Amino acid sequence: MSGSSPKSKKISKKKKNVSNYDSTELLHYYREMLQIRRFEEKAGQLYGMGLIAGFCHLYIGQEAVVVGMQAAIEDGDQVITGYRDHGHMLTLGMEPRGVMAELTGREGGYSKGKGGSMHMFSTEKNFFGGHGIVGAQVSLGTGLAFANSYRGNDRVSLAYFGDGAANQGQVYESFNMAKLWDLPVIYVIENNHYAMGTAIVRSSSETHLHKRGASFGIPGVEVDGMDVLAVKEAGEMAVAHARAGKGPMILEMKTYRYRGHSMSDPAKYRTREEVNSVRAQSDPIEQLKQTIFEAGFADEAALKEIDKEIKAIVNDAADFAKDSPEPDPSELYTDVLA
Amino acid sequence: MAIEILMPALSPTMEEGSLTKWLVKEGDPIQSGDILAEIETDKATMEIESVDDGIMGKLLVDAGSENVAVNTVIAVLLEDGDDADALPTATAPAHQPEPSKPDVADEPATTSETLISPPAFEPVVQMDVPAGTKMVETTIRDALRDAMAEEMRRDEDVFLIGEEVAQYQGAYKVSREMLEEFGSRRVIDTPITEHGFAGLAVGAAFTGLRPVVEFMTFNFAMQAIDHIINSAAKTRYMSGGQMACPIVFRGPNGAASRVGAQHSQDYAPWYGHVPGLKVVAPYDAADAKGLLKSAIRDPNPVVFLEHELMYGETFDVPDVEDWLVPIGQALVRREGTDATITAHSRMVGFSLQAAEILSQEGISVEVIDLRTIRPLDEETILASVRKTNRLVTAEESWGRMGIGAEIAAMVTEGAFDYLDAPPKRVHQVETPLAYAANLESLSMPNPERIAQAVREVCYV
Ligand SMILES: Cc1ncc(C[n+]2csc(CCOP(=O)(O)OP(=O)(O)O)c2C)c(N)n1
Ligand SMILES: [Mg+2]
Repeated sequence: MSGSSPKSKKISKKKKNVSNYDSTELLHYYREMLQIRRFEEKAGQLYGMGLIAGFCHLYIGQEAVVVGMQAAIEDGDQVITGYRDHGHMLTLGMEPRGVMAELTGREGGYSKGKGGSMHMFSTEKNFFGGHGIVGAQVSLGTGLAFANSYRGNDRVSLAYFGDGAANQGQVYESFNMAKLWDLPVIYVIENNHYAMGTAIVRSSSETHLHKRGASFGIPGVEVDGMDVLAVKEAGEMAVAHARAGKGPMILEMKTYRYRGHSMSDPAKYRTREEVNSVRAQSDPIEQLKQTIFEAGFADEAALKEIDKEIKAIVNDAADFAKDSPEPDPSELYTDVLA
Repeated sequence: MAIEILMPALSPTMEEGSLTKWLVKEGDPIQSGDILAEIETDKATMEIESVDDGIMGKLLVDAGSENVAVNTVIAVLLEDGDDADALPTATAPAHQPEPSKPDVADEPATTSETLISPPAFEPVVQMDVPAGTKMVETTIRDALRDAMAEEMRRDEDVFLIGEEVAQYQGAYKVSREMLEEFGSRRVIDTPITEHGFAGLAVGAAFTGLRPVVEFMTFNFAMQAIDHIINSAAKTRYMSGGQMACPIVFRGPNGAASRVGAQHSQDYAPWYGHVPGLKVVAPYDAADAKGLLKSAIRDPNPVVFLEHELMYGETFDVPDVEDWLVPIGQALVRREGTDATITAHSRMVGFSLQAAEILSQEGISVEVIDLRTIRPLDEETILASVRKTNRLVTAEESWGRMGIGAEIAAMVTEGAFDYLDAPPKRVHQVETPLAYAANLESLSMPNPERIAQAVREVCYV
């Protein structure tokens, strides 16, 4: 930004004008979001069966964020996030089989079973993880942007993190460097209103997280993160900004997770009614479905068909993840050093 | 009185230098701040300024002199009334400042400006449990909670701070019902800012409060390790004993179950390495309670390592008022004659199981629960090895530079002549911990692996 004070504005598309979109595009977003949802439901099921262990953080409710952002970036741009990472990977085109088999800790997983739910990577898809330490991905994602700037290419990086992570010190150390050097990084804050059991108002003096870049001169925008089209438009604006060499931008995605923090969270810190009302009023998949119907892009039967295809993909991934053998014991000692 | 000007040390390592040039002559009037000479060290050329006013009386070292030792008198400055003729003419020998000796006969210095007097501390001694004492079955989780609650009732300066400790009652429910009893002033939920809240708590401890800092797990204390080591552990020393930091850093440590490499690590050797810290790692509920109470009362920073997989385990806790266990004392959990196993935390249970397996094979094993990692109870370990002549160490951390390495070194130094076999270490294999179930279990010590190590030191 050329010295002007950072703007903060709100992007929401409650009144949907879909004249810019065609049916292929909207159905693609529908399919992508539904795939995440079904995949996560299946993962929850496998966890319940003891096939997945440890920490497993589901993305249900937040699907519009990654799907919208994915639509705003290009091949070669990089993505990094925390432990709630399944949706990001699927949207980047990583194989559902490989992701699910990592969840079950099998040889066919993206990390050969050695990483688990929180630690997966794909150099092919420019996915840099999958990190278990809250806030770490913000510095790392800034480093991805630094590398792009250093190499003089026009790639941008997306660093996703939560409302809770936004309180870590390294986030602000990163903001400062990112603006100081105008690094092409987009900070996507997935504000789902809770960090484990802590509601944002209990942890944050400034709860409008898109304003957190103000003292660094980083512009921030609040976005309806339950609306995939609003996300996409905000994403395109931020990506254009970063790609043009104008430096970082913060997108605060207002979103919501339906499930507990991880599989072991009893979620007593919020009411069932709260969850139900978000689901009923702003579910990202339902909203897009209505838009598709209103535009006449598809009917109920056509969407059912998509649902069926996705179920098949997810079931196949689950079967693969169950059948894939455990890693060979010799794998224990590989990959420690080059 | 004439003022001697000494060859200055211009860096911490400088022992001598060259006086390249005088910028004043004898008889010149000098004001403080005037540049007197140029000096060359191995690193740089520097100027010396006068700090006093007067008349330059004598230049005792010629310009161009090399290897002039630090603290040599190089010139003499005359103040009003000084007689230039009485001055020495030759180069004076090196002039060493007298080290100030403490005068033992003096009263101890009492100054009202002493910042904080270290809190009064009565060392904890091992309590007797009289025969007939009622035992209460308690989970480790509740024993820890009871310890904190009792100390908070006893001392208003004790408070609990960390992520999810209050409303959520602790990520592992260790602080159950504490918010209700003590309120949000003393049971404090923080944002996810480990470095920040650890620093804040250390600052509060500098003023005499007694924070108990819960890390959701010790993996996340890595964000805060700078404050644990640089701020908490070193401050007493750096302040010459003036400052205290009575703080407890506690939380689950070590591998949980299938949570992957970034969430599975035993930090005992990391903190055990640091002078200025005490490091405690209890095994059962009685020790968890008694040691945590002692840790909270201790005037030093204490790193208190719990184990997630042990929170739900139940043990007897003596129903006595104010149950305390002293820091720094190991406990012989099982007596034996053929080999000694040392272990801490969860590995104590595994070692006891190993001892059971081995007893069926006719091998009698002594199991030592270290309880405290720093200071290590060398006496108990050495006494045991002198009796059994064989040592196996068990720990969850990596072997290199680990607790077992330290104990093996200590035993070779202290009981070399008693050893009938080289000590053996059982530990996590030298890789990050894998997520896959089979690789995870291949990585970690288990009772059978510990038993096998004992067979090896017994050559059976
Ligand atoms: C440094 C660190 N501290 C604490 C944790 C434990 N932890 C894992 S997720 C989490 C909450 C993060 O919340 P948020 O950033 O809002 O992301 P969300 O889970 O809502 O996606 C906490 C405290 C951790 N993994 N790393
Ligand atoms: Mg959150």
